[in-house]
Amino acid sequence: MKRSAYAYPYLLWMALFIVVPLAIVLFYALTDTVDGRLIFTLENFSAAFDPAYVKVFLRSLWMAALATVICLAIGYPLALVLSSRHFKAGKLLLMLVVIPMWMNFLLRTYAWINLLSDNGIIMKALQFFGVENLSLLYNQTAVIVGLVYNFLPFMVLPIYTSLIKIEPNLYEAAGDLGANSFMSFLKVTLPLSVPGIVSGITMTFMPAITSFAVSRLMGGGLVTMYGELIENQFYFMRDWHFGATLSIVMMVLVLISAVLTRNNKNKEGGMLW
Amino acid sequence: MADRIIELKNIRKSFDGETVLDGIDLYIRRREFLTLLGPSGCGKTTMLRIIAGFETADSGDLLFEGQRINDVPPYKRRVNTVFQRYSLFPHMNVFDNVAFGLNIKKMGKAEIARRVAAMLEMVGLAGYEKRQPESLSGGQQQRVAIARALVNEPEVLLLDEPLAALDLKMRKEMQLELKRMQQQLGITFIFVTHDQEEALTMSDTIVVMSRGQIQQIGTPVDIYNEPANAFVADFIGESNLLEGVMEKDYLCRFAGYSFPCLDKGFMKNEEVEIVVRPEDVDIVAPEKGMIVCTVRSIVFMGVHYEIMLEGADGMLWKVHTTDPVEPGAVVGLYLDPDAIHVMKSSDEPLASEQEEMAALEEEEDEG
Ligand SMILES: Nc1ncnc2c1ncn2[C@@H]1O[C@H](COP(=O)(O)OP(=O)(O)O)[C@@H](O)[C@H]1O
Ligand SMILES: [Mg+2]
Repeated sequence: MKRSAYAYPYLLWMALFIVVPLAIVLFYALTDTVDGRLIFTLENFSAAFDPAYVKVFLRSLWMAALATVICLAIGYPLALVLSSRHFKAGKLLLMLVVIPMWMNFLLRTYAWINLLSDNGIIMKALQFFGVENLSLLYNQTAVIVGLVYNFLPFMVLPIYTSLIKIEPNLYEAAGDLGANSFMSFLKVTLPLSVPGIVSGITMTFMPAITSFAVSRLMGGGLVTMYGELIENQFYFMRDWHFGATLSIVMMVLVLISAVLTRNNKNKEGGMLW
Repeated sequence: MADRIIELKNIRKSFDGETVLDGIDLYIRRREFLTLLGPSGCGKTTMLRIIAGFETADSGDLLFEGQRINDVPPYKRRVNTVFQRYSLFPHMNVFDNVAFGLNIKKMGKAEIARRVAAMLEMVGLAGYEKRQPESLSGGQQQRVAIARALVNEPEVLLLDEPLAALDLKMRKEMQLELKRMQQQLGITFIFVTHDQEEALTMSDTIVVMSRGQIQQIGTPVDIYNEPANAFVADFIGESNLLEGVMEKDYLCRFAGYSFPCLDKGFMKNEEVEIVVRPEDVDIVAPEKGMIVCTVRSIVFMGVHYEIMLEGADGMLWKVHTTDPVEPGAVVGLYLDPDAIHVMKSSDEPLASEQEEMAALEEEEDEG
């Protein structure tokens, strides 16, 4: 294969901003500073598999998976309604789904904290109806809500895109051949939207499992996720070596799940990377 | 009555206030090859979609074997459609596309395999089971679409310009094959086309439409030989169209002369339209002709010559003949009584005029 000369700036770019940083991360992960001296060691890695960290990892996996499933459960029907040709306001409502994506991530999350906090309107309303001793914030549910809210558009958009691309003629053909609307959905809509579902899952799951802001802000440090764990190593523990190790563990695991989801033959729908 | 499988009674349909079907009355006999023929935009597709159930008529009745089915959803109708743009399922191979309807009916696997194989055999695609639709040529996709519809053994097959996207040779081939399948299976075909030649070669019955109305229903021979009005005469085959009057039974007057003809039953001096087919005009010596003309041009068309002649009154005549003449020569035209077809005047604009009108409207919209 002959590579075009135009590819070289790109290769340089990749080397500079992907390979070199990765090498640095790997370097940090494989070293430790003892008495101000740098030594090579694998201890960081064995520490990374300490049950306490594995537990956080499994929890992150579980929470990201749950958030993804909920996003799919909400996002698919939503995309289905928005993409319906009989639904004239679909495009407008899609904008409403997308607009929050333009807003700063932290801003959105703080807005939710405000809503869910003990003095927020939701609590006030609940208290008005006599519900006491309930906290909407700083628990696992709150983190899931935050994740779902933040990543729902990433689920809806690719599914919407794959649905809107389906030729309306195909529905008529299915009806013509005896399929009622349920069968038509099962045999035409669903299989043709699989690429959208796959990229939706990827685009939700990946950022969800790596996110740290949501769990820190809405979990209040009580529901730590892996991304937050890494952040803590860098910012609060100042242990760059162990932070780098945890990053690599996560990167490898994310890569594995990426390969797994990518392994479907439909290349449509657009991927995150 | 019993052999009327589908009946349309005073069917009307409009889109956004624009009338598309304007009181359609039509019955379709069992096992008949019926063609809806008309210029683009005359409402053929809409009519087919009403029969299939994808559109509902604003008023009027649609009967299937005598039962009103206006409100029956498409999936419950015993008709199948071959769509103009094929509409094959892109995520299924040829076998699964054809098996779609049978799978919906929950037929046994072995029976499905048998029927699909037989159908693919019939359309000449045996061995293509595992291919994906996008890997097939247009003609092959068309065959899959036909097999996918026919495998359900519908009472009626609806075909919306199924051959329009094929090249000429392929089209001729498919015309013959479709006709063969229709006769072999004994299914009623309702076929839509804007190609008059296609309609003439394939149909038992032709329904000529213009602007949402039926202009004439008849056999290809009827329609060609006895067009009901100038629109039909102009749309089907080539013709010389003239205005004239009926002087009395069997005698009409046009182009400044009186001609014996075979038509009767008009009022005295009723204004009529006359159609003379180019192949029915004989070119003779000037003194033997009924009309004297000058040859303006002559073009060889492969089998015949197309000759344009100008009469003393400035009228242009088109004649098809195998005997060439010299441009500029003065000749006579001879019209046999059976070359002259007299039709009631109608104000239906000709297809070419309709196109001009549409183009003008478009310009106005843009301007
Ligand atoms: N769904 C629709 N909405 C609005 N106008 C339509 C629709 N379907 C057809 N029409 C209009 O109805 C007229 C007849 O269309 P159609 O039945 O497709 O004609 P044909 O098949 O004879 O070309 C056209 O002017 C077309 O623009
Ligand atoms: Mg059409």
